[in-house]
Amino acid sequence: MEILIYGTVNSIVFALIAVGFTLVYGVSRVPNFAHGSIYVLVGFFTWSLVNDLKLNYALAIFISIAISAVVGLLIYRVVLIRLRGMATSEIIASFAVSLIILEGLRMQGIAGFKGFIGPFYALPPFVEGKIQIGDVFVDYQRLIIVGTGVSVVLLLWLFTHYTKTGLSLRAIAQDERAAMMLGVHSDRTAMISLAIGSALAGLAAVTILPLGNIAAEAGYRVLIYALAVCIIGGLGSWGGAILASFVIGFAMKISTALFGALWESVVLVGTIILILLLRPSGLLGKQKEIEERV
Amino acid sequence: MALKDRRKKRLDRSIKVRTGGLYALSSWSEMGYLIAPRLGLILILAALPLVLDMYWQRVLCSAGIFALLALGFDFLAEYAGLVCLGGALFIGVGGYISGLLNSTFGWPALVTIPLATFFGAAVCTVILLPCLRLRGIYFAIVSFMFPLFAVFIIIALGVFGSTEGITGLDSFPNIWVEVYLIIGVVVVALFAMRRLVSEDIGVILRGIKDNDQAVRASGINVTAYKTRAVFIAALIGCFGGAYLSHLYGWLGLSLFAMDFSILPIAATVMGGMGSLVGPVLGAFILTPMSEALRGFGQLRVVLYCLILIGFMLYKPEGLMNYLQRKYEQYEHWEEV
Repeated sequence: MEILIYGTVNSIVFALIAVGFTLVYGVSRVPNFAHGSIYVLVGFFTWSLVNDLKLNYALAIFISIAISAVVGLLIYRVVLIRLRGMATSEIIASFAVSLIILEGLRMQGIAGFKGFIGPFYALPPFVEGKIQIGDVFVDYQRLIIVGTGVSVVLLLWLFTHYTKTGLSLRAIAQDERAAMMLGVHSDRTAMISLAIGSALAGLAAVTILPLGNIAAEAGYRVLIYALAVCIIGGLGSWGGAILASFVIGFAMKISTALFGALWESVVLVGTIILILLLRPSGLLGKQKEIEERV
Repeated sequence: MALKDRRKKRLDRSIKVRTGGLYALSSWSEMGYLIAPRLGLILILAALPLVLDMYWQRVLCSAGIFALLALGFDFLAEYAGLVCLGGALFIGVGGYISGLLNSTFGWPALVTIPLATFFGAAVCTVILLPCLRLRGIYFAIVSFMFPLFAVFIIIALGVFGSTEGITGLDSFPNIWVEVYLIIGVVVVALFAMRRLVSEDIGVILRGIKDNDQAVRASGINVTAYKTRAVFIAALIGCFGGAYLSHLYGWLGLSLFAMDFSILPIAATVMGGMGSLVGPVLGAFILTPMSEALRGFGQLRVVLYCLILIGFMLYKPEGLMNYLQRKYEQYEHWEEV
């Protein structure tokens, strides 16, 4: 029972983390390696807005998500726009942006496991308290995560299928030239997708971070989780991404229960390698994606 | 004058044209034109240890290691289309194998380094084998994960000295052996690599990078060639690792540190991607610079990244391609 509930929560955490990355890469073909660093950056901004400027918590969250969208926009506008279409350069440049943000934050005292200096940076949960489901106690924050995760996935699905902006995002992904001929502004659309993706990373940060401390290390972990979900699920397929989050979420929870927390990451990499060997295009990937990634 | 009224005209120097074929052998000046940059690089590298003091000789040694990594990165990224963000894996595997052989069996560095180079490369290739079917960002991120997971696994299992590492490995007899060994290997690796990419295997690898379906349609096994490319890059990287563990007589988790992954990339971008000489040059510029900034700690990584992005955006061709152009062509502005 405990595994079932916490596994579900864990899976939704993965889905929340991965959804922004999947949107940006799967839909607009821009690999945003700065995803994890935006996650940490938003956590840090929220923390300092609440603790340094004494703002209202809800307002602080709103502002920092807005900031994350702006950061995503700037990353595209300043860096990635000049490198469009050069896959290698896109990867290296966005990875470098990510390192600048993360290592810069580390200087601010948000140290990871390499040596902890300064105060604990932690966000308070939205609502204190816990609830009993069956014989397991679950705190409200985890329920909020589940609620947010489910509604984000639903809203995004509606957004990419029924709004004009959402449809143009998918158009760019499928055939950039044809989309441009039909009047879709390619750069503007990519910019929007990066802004939305970063805002989603920010949303994931503010809902998930109250469960633990804010650390620069989390940035790398988030990036790795997001990519693991992408690899296992198959590219650009929402169903695959969600299925993959559940596979990873439960695999990690079960292995933690059986062998201990240190084996979590070993199981993660084992799962990835297994999936790559058995189904190189991911769980729900289609033939078209095989050509693209294999 | 406004930019649109003029354009830059580039013409090949006549001597460049004359040295294109066998006619290069016809006169001393033409042979000199071809040999000068190559011999110049070798001579400068060979002369550097003579003018530097002990501390900077050590820096030169680590610059050599980074140069090897950068060479491997450039080869994989530009000639095989595999962007490997995990150069630290090669260093770590090579370093651990040679260090363990040395500390467990007491074998001298003369034996452990070649063994670690070869078997380390084999191990790295096997580790990366499942991911070779991936392309682009997928390969990049999986390769980025491996050094991180290697650290987790070593801590989780508590093997190989766990978090403390192993000290007291054999070191080299003196500083001259250290410094000339690495410089020799860098030079040999560089010229061997330049030769390699113009052979058949280089052509096939470039084909794979541009269009692997077409290569597959020609009846060539894509994965087999990618495996060879990774093995070659790992060979160079693992030598660096094995050498490093003997250089400091120590092995530990920091062999998997991020520096080994990111500095070679910055060096490659700075030197000019795809030129093979550029990355080596970049490593020999960046490493002393980062050594001078040692006091800033983690901020060094930020600095590499800033340099990297700066070059990527404003000088995407890199230093080496720029110098090569200046060496081979006249340039002047011309009115339109």
